[in-house]
Amino acid sequence: MDLSPPVQFDLHRRMVRIRVFEEAAGRLAEANKLPGFLHLYVGEEAVAAGVCGALNDDDHITSTHRGHGHLVAKGGDFNRMMAELMGKSTGMCKGKGGSMHISDLSLGMLGANGIVGAGSPIAVGAAFANKYRGRGQVAVAFFGDGATNIGAFHEAANMACALNLPIVFACENNEYGEFTPRSATMAITDIVDRAAGYGMPGVIIDGMDVVAVHEATLEAVARARAGDGPSLIEAKTYRFYNHHGIQNLGLKYRPDEEVAKWRERDPIFTFEDRMIENGTMTRERVDEIWAGLRNEIEVAIKFAEESPLPTPDQILVDVYTSMTGAAK
Amino acid sequence: MSDVRKLTYGGAFNEAVRQAMEADENVFCAGEDIGAFGGVFGTFLGLQAKFGANRVVDTPISEQAIVGLGIGAAVTGLRPIVDLMFMDFICVAFDQIVNQAAKLKYMFGGEATMPLTITTGGGGGLSAAAQHSQSLEAILCHIPGLKVVYPSNPYDMKGLMTACIRENNPTVMVKHKRLLGMSAHVPEDNYEIPLGKANIMRAGTDVTVVAYGRMANETLAAAEKLATDGIECEVIDPRTLQPLDTDSITESARKTHKVLVVHEAVKFGGLGAEIASQIHELAFDYLDAPVARIGAPFSPVPFSPALEQHYLPDAASIEAGIRNLVQRS
Repeated sequence: MDLSPPVQFDLHRRMVRIRVFEEAAGRLAEANKLPGFLHLYVGEEAVAAGVCGALNDDDHITSTHRGHGHLVAKGGDFNRMMAELMGKSTGMCKGKGGSMHISDLSLGMLGANGIVGAGSPIAVGAAFANKYRGRGQVAVAFFGDGATNIGAFHEAANMACALNLPIVFACENNEYGEFTPRSATMAITDIVDRAAGYGMPGVIIDGMDVVAVHEATLEAVARARAGDGPSLIEAKTYRFYNHHGIQNLGLKYRPDEEVAKWRERDPIFTFEDRMIENGTMTRERVDEIWAGLRNEIEVAIKFAEESPLPTPDQILVDVYTSMTGAAK
Repeated sequence: MSDVRKLTYGGAFNEAVRQAMEADENVFCAGEDIGAFGGVFGTFLGLQAKFGANRVVDTPISEQAIVGLGIGAAVTGLRPIVDLMFMDFICVAFDQIVNQAAKLKYMFGGEATMPLTITTGGGGGLSAAAQHSQSLEAILCHIPGLKVVYPSNPYDMKGLMTACIRENNPTVMVKHKRLLGMSAHVPEDNYEIPLGKANIMRAGTDVTVVAYGRMANETLAAAEKLATDGIECEVIDPRTLQPLDTDSITESARKTHKVLVVHEAVKFGGLGAEIASQIHELAFDYLDAPVARIGAPFSPVPFSPALEQHYLPDAASIEAGIRNLVQRS
């Protein structure tokens, strides 16, 4: 592990922030305190943290329906995120987006997305703009294994390579597209096999190892910033909870042993063990970090619960922008 | 001399884009064949030579990614013009247009601006058959967050396209393929026609006819013929279909008491249904007859000229429709 202690602490903190946020959201959903659907990121924290830890604040990301983790990893504010999940007017999207459209443009987070695969073409646009302006920014498209079966991904990957854009395609291969195993929906085992078809390099990494994710991203981002074009990173990972929510409401679609096997490789706990073993972290410090963030999330829940609901007069607000722009 | 300067409808589009690109370096174009080739209809001719391949971008045949390119660039600060060669191809890009471009601002709590112009060639009359001739504007007008613009002549094209590019909302600019060669006076100086403002193309007292795109011109021809029989038509071209200038239309309805709506899209569920309904809701007491509609029959656009010429409304069928309406009292 060549990463400096401050970088390790940063990656760890990003992961714990995600876990704490998602566990809290899951509990609230179980208590029927969150309207709508909730796709939890628990188990996949190393991917969002490892990738976003390699980005600058002004780099862009597009996300998925399982998007809270990406926003938290990019620095998303707990209070406004939790308020958004509750549909409050103080939420990140003023209660108009919810879990599936959570976003923060000031952090370069161009939105979770309810349509599988739809974020990648938008990331291509952000990458195009970054190249056009020449300020060295990059874009990252997060997507799952299932998204690589939809046309939008193919078009985006091909166009990004054809135009040699500064973009990283970050695939979270959690082995299931909703409730159906990858093996039933594609004839290949590794998503990375698709990279060569577009003319970009691709690597497989252990998506439960934040250091591996981070190092692979640093390399891909460096390529992008240097003008050497797109890369694909396939992170093998796993969602610990259900496709949406915590409980498995329908038929069981994953063997218990499989879930248990992946849980043994918890990306946060294994990283903590490594850091403690290396002497960069102590158990006491780890406990402090968790306690501090758990405290922050309790504050966020209180903020969200006490926030006002949006009023009906807001329905027609922000459908359109009223002013026109430049190009005079 | 400038007041006799003429330009085609396609040339007016080109000039609006060129002037916008000269004025604002954030404006760029992307689409299939628009760069080196200048677009299959020539509407982007010369732009890549002038502005370079970075600002006039040849893309793969990938309509979803073309619109996505525009969305991502718009939301991060550029002012993109993306071209979908034929209006039929919006169907290929429908998720990006409907679920993404139209809704990002709203879903993000107003944080995003989406200064995106999607240009596309609409309409029939070229024996281009069912997948290259459609008029799908009503579908787009049904989507909150989009604006839809459909010029009927070169002057309007330049002013409306300029407005689309300056607009901070996603806008679909429909170029009627049969109007590309239409030539008329177009000022060289840059000007803007505000979106959402109808144009009263011809004043009249006996009947109001609302028509847009190529049908506005067919309606004008019908109106001139009827005038020789003493029937004075007021012809209104909404120019922007979303937002629709309901005020101008209903004001005219209150004056003439009879309204016909004409479009070349199929009649069922077309813009005519919406316009008729709005007039009935807002000016029913002024009407001497129900609002009448002319549109295409409910079939895909047929290929053979022998079929297509009967499929599309024209000056003769519009004239007949107006005569039929004015006979009612």
